[in-house]
Amino acid sequence: MNVIAVIAKKDLLIEWRTRTLMARVVPFALLVLVMFAVALDSEPLLLRAAAGLVWLALLFSTMLVVQRSFDVETQDGVLDTLLACANPSRVFFGKATALFVQLFALGVVLVVGAVVLYGVAISGDRVVLLVTVVVSATGGLAVVGTLYGAVVANLIGRDSLLPLLVLPVLAPLLIAASRSTEAAFGSNTIDVANGWAWVGVLVVYAVVFGSAGALAFAPLTESDA
Amino acid sequence: MHDMTGTKTTRAIGIIALLVTAWVVISAFFITPADQVQGDSVRIMYAHVPTAWIAYLAFITTAIASGFSLARRHRTLGFDRVAGASAEVGVLFMALTLITGSLWGRLTWGTFWQWDPRLTTTLFLFVTYVGYLAVRRIDGDPRQRARRSSVIALLAVLEIPLVHFSVVLWRSLHQEASVLNPDGDVRLDGLMLFTLFSGVVAFTLIFAWLVIHRQRLMALADLDRVVGLDAAISARRAEGIGSAAT
Repeated sequence: MNVIAVIAKKDLLIEWRTRTLMARVVPFALLVLVMFAVALDSEPLLLRAAAGLVWLALLFSTMLVVQRSFDVETQDGVLDTLLACANPSRVFFGKATALFVQLFALGVVLVVGAVVLYGVAISGDRVVLLVTVVVSATGGLAVVGTLYGAVVANLIGRDSLLPLLVLPVLAPLLIAASRSTEAAFGSNTIDVANGWAWVGVLVVYAVVFGSAGALAFAPLTESDA
Repeated sequence: MHDMTGTKTTRAIGIIALLVTAWVVISAFFITPADQVQGDSVRIMYAHVPTAWIAYLAFITTAIASGFSLARRHRTLGFDRVAGASAEVGVLFMALTLITGSLWGRLTWGTFWQWDPRLTTTLFLFVTYVGYLAVRRIDGDPRQRARRSSVIALLAVLEIPLVHFSVVLWRSLHQEASVLNPDGDVRLDGLMLFTLFSGVVAFTLIFAWLVIHRQRLMALADLDRVVGLDAAISARRAEGIGSAAT
């Protein structure tokens, strides 16, 4: 069986058995949506900001999921064992795939949350754009998250370092995902054609950081001891 | 003189840097004319533009040194120290760029900050290297730290064009809120241009001086750690021999 699929399956199985995502991250993400609504305190403003808020909530939640993804590896030197058996770039794509699946599920929950809580209406012809945006943006999130998860793995104080390192790198993704989701939500600021142009940015972003991650994973996880 | 990080070369660089800086200060404040539109506030430019230039130079140096550190098997720590020293100086100068820039912006545009592509990219670049320095501060195996920080520095090279591109695209799709164009309305005459150029030279020399000293200091700190460890080991050994004899 393919190494990438095996590693992805392993991570998803761990998640399935521990239910961290469902028990903690999903409630946290929805809580962020609620807190935004309380802070902004204006329905037209919320409707206008919905796309950006959904992606911010997903970005914050990504920090938690990435930590979790690498905490299970660093215990008992699991990562070293894994790298002794498999090519580092495959380990990278395996972990990124598992992260992608989890973040995609979370993204769907958040979009539904925006529909229910913020009153966003998604018309039928924009659904294709929305699905493409969520897939391409969570793909980018997954590769960048895995890459920087490996950068801070094992470091003291990694929980505060990860957001400091990752959020500036995710800025292009946040801009592109928010703008194209605005187009999909039909918030009158951006038309559908421009939304598709932003999807192009998201795809380029995911490909660039996916390739970089595959290359960088070996020097990042190599140990001298 | 082994306990100092200065040499003849660094002293020469330092003296020339001081002289050029003195000329820039005199020319910027007293000799060059005030701008027709901006008045005296244009003089901030002689500090603002060179700091930005040095910050970018520093980050390019960090990226190149990191590439060497990662690619080569020997002297990886030497290149890593240059990368780290250069990034420290770069963060300092980028902070100065942002501060002088927002002061200048307050005077000419009436606002401290504008979401203009160049400003936004600069801010993200600054935060990226603050994160880079935070990773470097963590103690641990120096070789592993060198690899980690090299990867971060090289990823920043990928990140920055993407940030800039997406911010440009973002701002061009939205209606610009401000009427003022941040690209210089200043018309530079010969002397102003020469003073600006002198500022770049002065700051480049200061950059070189700081980086050389800083990376030598880092080398000494690394050496001190090794010497300290050796001393501690031989002290324990001596203890062991002493207790065995009695």
